[in-house]
Amino acid sequence: MKRRDAMELVYADLGRCVVVTIMGAVAAELQSIGHRPNFFYLQHAMGLASSMGLGIALARPDLKVVVFDGDGSVLMNLGGLTTLARYRPRNLVHVVFDNESLLSVGGFPTATSTGSDIAAMAAAAGVARASTVTTLDDFRAAFDDALATDDLTTIVAKVEAVGPSGYVTDLSLLENRYQFQRYLRESFRSSP
Amino acid sequence: MPVSVSSSKLIYQSLKDVGVRLVSALPETWLVHLIRFAEDDREMQLVRLAKEEEGVGISAGAHLAGVSSAMLMQNHGFLASVNGIVSCAQLYRIPLLMLISHRGEFGERDPWQTEGGGVTIHVLDALRIPHVRLESPDHVSQRIQKAHTLAKSASRPVALLLCRDLMWEDA
Repeated sequence: MKRRDAMELVYADLGRCVVVTIMGAVAAELQSIGHRPNFFYLQHAMGLASSMGLGIALARPDLKVVVFDGDGSVLMNLGGLTTLARYRPRNLVHVVFDNESLLSVGGFPTATSTGSDIAAMAAAAGVARASTVTTLDDFRAAFDDALATDDLTTIVAKVEAVGPSGYVTDLSLLENRYQFQRYLRESFRSSP
Repeated sequence: MPVSVSSSKLIYQSLKDVGVRLVSALPETWLVHLIRFAEDDREMQLVRLAKEEEGVGISAGAHLAGVSSAMLMQNHGFLASVNGIVSCAQLYRIPLLMLISHRGEFGERDPWQTEGGGVTIHVLDALRIPHVRLESPDHVSQRIQKAHTLAKSASRPVALLLCRDLMWEDA
C-alpha cells in the first residue's frame, strides 16, 4: 500500500473532518491531492501532531478530528499514546502511516522495522480500538468504521517507504495556520 | 507539605479570570494544589501529561480551536519542552501561557533541582521568551493578566516563574 493512495482513497471524507498531519511526505502528498482550509500540516515538532489533535478534539467535541501521523513521529512521543488513551477523545481518529523508516531524512529504518508494533503499543497504552492494516481495502474499511464510531481509534497503516521528490510546497506555514484557525472559528459559528 | 494554598488559589483564580479553560500539567510538589483545583473544577479541562512537551501541542490545538489554555510545569519540564516550543509554538505563532515552578534558586534544599534552576532564565532568554517572576501575592493577578495579554497580542509563548517565596511556606 502506498500512503498517497490511502489518503486519496479517503480524501472525500476528509471534507467533513478536521485534519492534522505531520511534516514531510504526508504533508506534501496530501497537498498534492488537494489542500483544503480544514487541513493543518505540522511541518516540524515531530511527535506533537497527535497532541495537537487531542487539543482540538477536547476543545471541539462537535468536530471529527483526523490525525495523519507516522512511525518516526509516534516513536518520538510514545508517552502521548497514554495521554490519548487516558482522555479518550471520542472524536479522534489517529492514523499512523508506518513505512518503517525516517523517509524524509534519508530512509533510515525505525524500530518498527525490527518488530516494534505501534498498534500493540497503542492498545497497551489503553486505546481500546487499535489495529494494523496492510491493504487499501482494509484501510478503507478501518477508516470508515472509525468515522462511523464514536470512539478514539488508532489505525496503523503499513505503507511502502516511497514519497514525493520534494517536501517544500508553496503553502506558507503561517498562511496554513491562520486559514485553519479561521476555518475552525467559522465552523463553530455555522454549527447548530 | 508547606506548599502555599492561598498563593495557589490566587494563581488559579487569576487563570480563570483571564479565561483559561484548559490546563495541561505534569505534577511536581509546588503544583499540587493548582492541579487539584483544576481537577475539581468542572469548568476546567485538566490534561495530565506523560511529558511536558505534549502540552505544547495540546495548547496549540486548543488555541486554534478557540480555547485558552495554560501549561503547569517544573522548570525541568520546560527544559524538556524546548523543541516543541520552538518548532510548534514559535514557528506557528501560538500563544502559550507557561507557568513554570522555578526550582533550584536560593533556599533550594534538593540537590537535584539546583542545576536546572541555574539555567532556566538563560534558556528563556535564548528563546526570546518574555518572562516575569511571581514571588508575592500582591502582583500575581496583575502579572498573570498582563502575561496573558502579551501572549495573545504577540501570538508567542510567555513564561511566569512561580518562585519559592510565593509557593513555599517554610515551617
